[in-house]
Amino acid sequence: MILPALIYLGIFFVVPFVSLARTSLSSMGGSVFLPTLTFSWNFGNYADAFSHYRDQIFRSFSYAFVATVLCLLLAFPLAYVIAFKAGRYKNLLLGLVILPFFVTFLIRTIAWKTILADDGLVVSALGAVGLLPSEGRLLSTSWAVIGGLTYNWIIFMILPLYVSLEKIDPRLLEASKDLYSTAPRSFRKVILPLSMPGVLAGSMLVFIPSVGDFINADYLGSTQTTMIGNVIQKQFLVVKDYPAAAALSMVLMVIILVGVLLYTRALGTEDLV
Amino acid sequence: MTTQAGAVAAGTTEDAPKPKTVKGGGKWGDLMLRIIAGLVLLYLFLPIFVIVLFSFNNPQGKFNYTWQGFTLNNWLNPFKYPALTEALKLSLNVAAVSTSIALVFGTLVAIALVRQRFRGDRAMDTFLVLPLTAPEVVMGASLLTLFLDLGWAAGYTTIVIAHIAFQISFIAMTVRARVRGFDWTLEDASMDLGASPTRTFFKVTLPLIVPGIVAAAMLSFALSLDDFIVTYFVSGSTVTYPLYVNAAVKAAVPPQINVLATAILVISLLLLAVGTLYRRKRIDV
Repeated sequence: MILPALIYLGIFFVVPFVSLARTSLSSMGGSVFLPTLTFSWNFGNYADAFSHYRDQIFRSFSYAFVATVLCLLLAFPLAYVIAFKAGRYKNLLLGLVILPFFVTFLIRTIAWKTILADDGLVVSALGAVGLLPSEGRLLSTSWAVIGGLTYNWIIFMILPLYVSLEKIDPRLLEASKDLYSTAPRSFRKVILPLSMPGVLAGSMLVFIPSVGDFINADYLGSTQTTMIGNVIQKQFLVVKDYPAAAALSMVLMVIILVGVLLYTRALGTEDLV
Repeated sequence: MTTQAGAVAAGTTEDAPKPKTVKGGGKWGDLMLRIIAGLVLLYLFLPIFVIVLFSFNNPQGKFNYTWQGFTLNNWLNPFKYPALTEALKLSLNVAAVSTSIALVFGTLVAIALVRQRFRGDRAMDTFLVLPLTAPEVVMGASLLTLFLDLGWAAGYTTIVIAHIAFQISFIAMTVRARVRGFDWTLEDASMDLGASPTRTFFKVTLPLIVPGIVAAAMLSFALSLDDFIVTYFVSGSTVTYPLYVNAAVKAAVPPQINVLATAILVISLLLLAVGTLYRRKRIDV
């Protein structure tokens, strides 16, 4: 029963990676118009990828990290309220949370372009209260990119958090209160440890797409905010320097692969979907 | 209090337990928490309000980014741009075809994973998660190198192939999550009562797992419709709906994009409502 899927994924998931790995170790030859790739164990591509794109690699990981933390901070109160306080509005709230994500991701990001625009409401409001200098802008800054990453993947944080919070037996909270625990202490000693699977699953599900994304940096950022995704995309589809782009993809993939394998070894795959 | 907890567990709760019913601090904390949650929800909807609002905008230039004036023209001519309509049609086509194929592969895997423990099932589990967790840009890039190696022209077929590749895992995992609690002894019961394996499958197994399959199919359809990054790499000169939107950002953004996005949102909302009424249980995605 699993054979058809295994064969399919073998051909269109595993083989492409072998192909990618081969490309990452190849040398470009031939002319600009008719480039040829020859496999040559050219590890120089990796050294080049690191030295040329150190900034982008660093930026991608730091943006994705900040976005993940922001997602966690924003999603936790919401997931908590839905799980424990919503009562019969639980389903309605869950539906509402999911709804915005039925709009294409690109169009949502374009909407943020409007919201954060230089003559938009947010910029003037922040300028009026003095949080933003008069010439200050939000669009084309790192914060706009991080904000976009946070917004676009927060749903992957809310849902696993909700699932793990909902599993908590409310009697545990009562017990902790009956034993004179304060609310913050109950949170720290009961809720947080029990919601850890959700926190970890959500963090992974937000971090991975964020680190490889290029749309938010493209739409909301500037040339100062390019990420690994932007480089890979550009090298593959515009510059057509396949070995460099493949080497960069491999670096990204291997780092994430290690993370995912550590995660699934420790916690299994149940919380991820 | 125990009955209430029991009701929560059964999912029939009227109101979640209120651990903060004692004194002021708790109450205020409770209120704060609700306010924060409300604000976060508002934040989730902010761009959606903008999208809907700007579908009524009457933009002067090529870009629908600043508010100029109210008009119903965009809604009266939603299909004014044939390229946009064609792109949307193509995306619906790709989503339908890839979802149907991935559904067969994915469901079979899910049933196999839940039903029998076999050697290497844990490894299989991990292997299935990988396409879901691989960064899209890497998946797109690797498929592109494969198609280049094979000398295949990028286009409709390569898009469908790529979509199936990420949908299989998604469907397998979603269906698996839903059929895990399924009582497989019902199949034995059916066969003990003289039903053939085929009859058992169609009369017992399938009806029980269908809700899970339908949910997985809808989500995976949405996943395909919304996919930009992987498609961008393997599309060649074929233009799907997200690719059209991306090209528009660089050249001209007609308000019809907002009209169609709003229409899709409303249709999803209706489907969601119908689904909720139909199942009356919980919406967990």
